[in-house]
Amino acid sequence: MTDAIDIRSMSRTFGRSRALDDVTLTVPVGSICGLLGRNGAGKTTIMSILAGQDRPSSGTAKVFGENPFENESALSKISFVRDNQRYPDDYRLHHVLRIAPEFAPNWSTDVAAELVDGFRIPEKTPIKKFSRGQLSSVAIVLGLASRAPLTLLDEPYLGLDVTARALFHDVLLRDYTAHPRTVVLSTHLIEESQALFDRVVIVDRGRIRVDCDSDETSGIAFTVTGSIEAVERLSNSRTLLLSRTIGNLKSATISGIADSDFRAQARTLGATVSPTALSELVAAFGTDAREPLQTKKGAHE
Amino acid sequence: MFAGEGPIFQQLAVEIAENIVAGIYPEETAVPSATDFAVFHQINPATASKGVNMLVEIGVLYKKRGVGMFVATGAREVLRTRRREEFRTQYLQPLLQEATVLDITAGELHSMIDDEKNPA
Repeated sequence: MTDAIDIRSMSRTFGRSRALDDVTLTVPVGSICGLLGRNGAGKTTIMSILAGQDRPSSGTAKVFGENPFENESALSKISFVRDNQRYPDDYRLHHVLRIAPEFAPNWSTDVAAELVDGFRIPEKTPIKKFSRGQLSSVAIVLGLASRAPLTLLDEPYLGLDVTARALFHDVLLRDYTAHPRTVVLSTHLIEESQALFDRVVIVDRGRIRVDCDSDETSGIAFTVTGSIEAVERLSNSRTLLLSRTIGNLKSATISGIADSDFRAQARTLGATVSPTALSELVAAFGTDAREPLQTKKGAHE
Repeated sequence: MFAGEGPIFQQLAVEIAENIVAGIYPEETAVPSATDFAVFHQINPATASKGVNMLVEIGVLYKKRGVGMFVATGAREVLRTRRREEFRTQYLQPLLQEATVLDITAGELHSMIDDEKNPA
């Protein structure tokens, strides 16, 4: 089967800064994939290129086997609403709902109506006066009602209240089952959204750090906690992703799997081994004390 | 939503199994579909299928063509037997570990159990 997304050795530079650095990534058809990472990591740049709104500086990005840039047939299969999507000044909700189906051959009026109602999106207020949460609601309506074979959702949760977030998940899962499609969702609300994903991709500084099935994330790293001495002995000669110290207690997030030898050694030293939560993993990959954080001028995020 | 340890499909399988033992899903009746579980728990549909299939593999659920998943006859007993086997590792061993840390003797434990069973 063709992959929905096939990115090979893709880089994107803005002036002297590298927004994407040799990204290779495939997402199978039908996946709900979480795209995670810090602000400026490259998530929006990846989505923009997949949506044909930007081009790689080198390498290739294909959607259903085609290059999306200025490619009408590929673009008709893609829905992408940027988190900072702008609308014409005088636009109200009905303007958007009237125009959107022109770009989305599979548009569902029912899905749009259910979401507009559930999100309580005001019909008479000009969109430029919408709150952050209301703008996010409009983006979700466009993203889900489009039923696009590739649906790119960039930070769909910004400003959404808890009821709206649950409604979004509900409609996404129900409509996805009835009309399967490939979904890529970027978010910082990892704990709340991780159960939706069958694949997880973690990006940092324009590079793919993790790309695996969501069931496999527990094999990427683990956390060991104990006395400073014990944890330092245990983490010696291993790849340390993150460590924290309080008093004489140290906790270290270590790359890889804690095998039975390691666990036995930890027990002898009075240290405990625990799984690393996905959100901690993303935080760990986003932390790099050895390199100073660079400001990425012009990086789209 | 699941927040416990272990993969979500496993947590879903455990939950369905618990509900079979509790009689919420009686034998020879239908359980909700994987899609229903996915929407209810807001989890990925493939993950939900994986959880349901775990119970199919051990013969607790079976598929009726065109109708859906059903609880097998004898499923409750199968699950209870498995849970009895797990009782030692899941409940007894942690209890004894904690007792050791607190210097609670086996004799004290015995009388605690007696007290709990026959409150004064």
